Amino acid sequence: MKQFFAFIKKEFLHVIRDSKTLLMLFGLPIVQIALFGFALSNEVKEVNLVVCNLSNETKATELIQKFDASGNFKVVQVIHDPNALDQWFKNGNIKMCLVIPAQFEKNAVRERKIDVQLIADSSDPNLATTLVNYGNQIVFDFQMKWFGQSTLPGINPEVHMMYNPSLKGTTNFVPGVISLIMMLICVLMTSVSIVKEKELGTMEVLLVSPFHPFFIIIAKAIPYFVLSLFNLSIIVFLSINLLDMPMEGSILLLFAESGLLILVCLSLGLLISNTTNSQQAAMLISLLGMLIPTLIFTGFLFPIENMPKPLQIISNIMPSKWYYIIVKDIMIKGLGIKYFWKETLILMGMAIFLLALSLKKFKIRL
Amino acid sequence: MVEVQNLHIRYKEQKDFALHDINLNVEKGELFGLIGPDGAGKTSLFRILATLLLPTSGRASVMGLDVVKDIYAIRRKLGYMPGRFSLYQDLSVEENLNFFATLFETTVEENYDLVKDIYIQLEPFKKRKAGQLSGGMKQKLALCCALIHKPELLLLDEPTTGVDTVSRKEFWDMLGKLKKTGLTILVSTPYMDEASRCDRVALIQNGKILSVDTPKGIIDSFPYPLFQIKSKEMAKLHKDMIESKLLHSAHIFGEWNHLVFNDGNTMEQLIDYLSLKGHTNIVWKEIAAGIEDCFIERMRDL
Repeated sequence: MKQFFAFIKKEFLHVIRDSKTLLMLFGLPIVQIALFGFALSNEVKEVNLVVCNLSNETKATELIQKFDASGNFKVVQVIHDPNALDQWFKNGNIKMCLVIPAQFEKNAVRERKIDVQLIADSSDPNLATTLVNYGNQIVFDFQMKWFGQSTLPGINPEVHMMYNPSLKGTTNFVPGVISLIMMLICVLMTSVSIVKEKELGTMEVLLVSPFHPFFIIIAKAIPYFVLSLFNLSIIVFLSINLLDMPMEGSILLLFAESGLLILVCLSLGLLISNTTNSQQAAMLISLLGMLIPTLIFTGFLFPIENMPKPLQIISNIMPSKWYYIIVKDIMIKGLGIKYFWKETLILMGMAIFLLALSLKKFKIRL
Repeated sequence: MVEVQNLHIRYKEQKDFALHDINLNVEKGELFGLIGPDGAGKTSLFRILATLLLPTSGRASVMGLDVVKDIYAIRRKLGYMPGRFSLYQDLSVEENLNFFATLFETTVEENYDLVKDIYIQLEPFKKRKAGQLSGGMKQKLALCCALIHKPELLLLDEPTTGVDTVSRKEFWDMLGKLKKTGLTILVSTPYMDEASRCDRVALIQNGKILSVDTPKGIIDSFPYPLFQIKSKEMAKLHKDMIESKLLHSAHIFGEWNHLVFNDGNTMEQLIDYLSLKGHTNIVWKEIAAGIEDCFIERMRDL
């Protein structure tokens, strides 16, 4: 047991004394959270909008104000000549235009429904669709306030956004980033730390000691397990306090499930370290082998449901996919274990399988 | 203490044996040297003995234990110092020593008397990181770490490679002291001059053992009278001597050429020949052969 603690202490000393490792361990998560939380988001805010107002009635001005106040759009200019619109789009400064026809108010009062035109720059189709939806919503709300609901013909669905009523992107990204960081850091750190011993020749001395190779692996994994949990605390703290990420469920459960993912990642790291002999190779495999599949197959950048069947099947082997589902359930929906025991079981299975495999593959000789 | 019988090893993807039919016997309490150039197979042999490599065929045992079957029993009683500096460079001298002591289930205090002589020299630097020590100091620290659990057998793979002459001498003095405590030491080195410090040596080349004997035995077995010679133009001298066809062998040793004559040829004939070639200031002398001469001579027999 004393050997075990001496080994863990030594491992901590390595981490603390290596500024590069420290930076990777604690700098990377913070940068990524900040990047994904603030910079990289698919939300639409304050998009430049030009209004072509041909009516000049009071209600028209009201509608324009409504658009401006929505937060999604910023009215850069109100023009009165529809021919000028083309030039605005060509300049590329605006993404959408609202055209209010002549005698807008008069017609509206007569027909009890309003009639406007939305022109969007659809060179980015996703953005254009989103913008038009926002625009429609504003017009629809405006009309309801004006005439009241009962007067409208046809079906009027009442839309209610569950769990994330304000449609914030962070709620989607943060769980994704958490799983991404856990995957990267844990796999990278463990694989590099073992391969480093091989590269520097210290593995030779460790192997010739009476300390059983099995314990070398376990003692290697424990410091990184602890560091990863610490890391997780930072990320969770940042995302709740800085990015207004909701935390509806139990924090304890979140950490328990994260511990499971960390275990999977550590085993994966051990497996990589058993099959490579240089730090560089280990780093490449961990980065290339983890980063891209995690980005693609976790589901936070591209919905897995939209992928072709074969890719959907491949995504099942990514531990981060299951973890992502769990984190969303805990943090956003506040659900308990009975809603994701299946995902938990899958992660457990992965952890056991990978750990057994890496222990079996660990060479007791050079 | 160490028994090796018909040991072969061949690495994957390689045609030739890295070790070929090695037979070796090291007695208890012996300071045994394994001498040969880089790539001769010294490290492979050491790794097999340290249970780090599996031999392709043949058997080897250390301290009466089989290196394939009893690996954990061996690892408990063996002191091994790899050829490359294999301590933690980012840990201090003290931390390294404590770590390895704990790893081998002992404490520095318990076996302090064993490493005392060496550790005293390291003491002033005990807070320094191992990576910042000089080459000689590193080797002393590595030796301390290999000794700390009071092993019965010490395997030192090229402990003096890359170390300055003074430190090398100190290191061998230390090995001499350790030998007096009854410890069996097997040490490898590419430096022929270190052979005289051993009780017995084995010359190894291309994975084969050329001979095993005491240093004196090896030197005495040199079959020819040996001369050394030098002149003003050393490079030309060597070339001219080979062209003279009077010699059995000629090798450059620092500022001297060591040479052995073919049967019937004499130094007078060579001097005449060299004078004709324009050499001046020729100095020569008959000398006793060193280990290196013996090694080179045996290489010719291969």
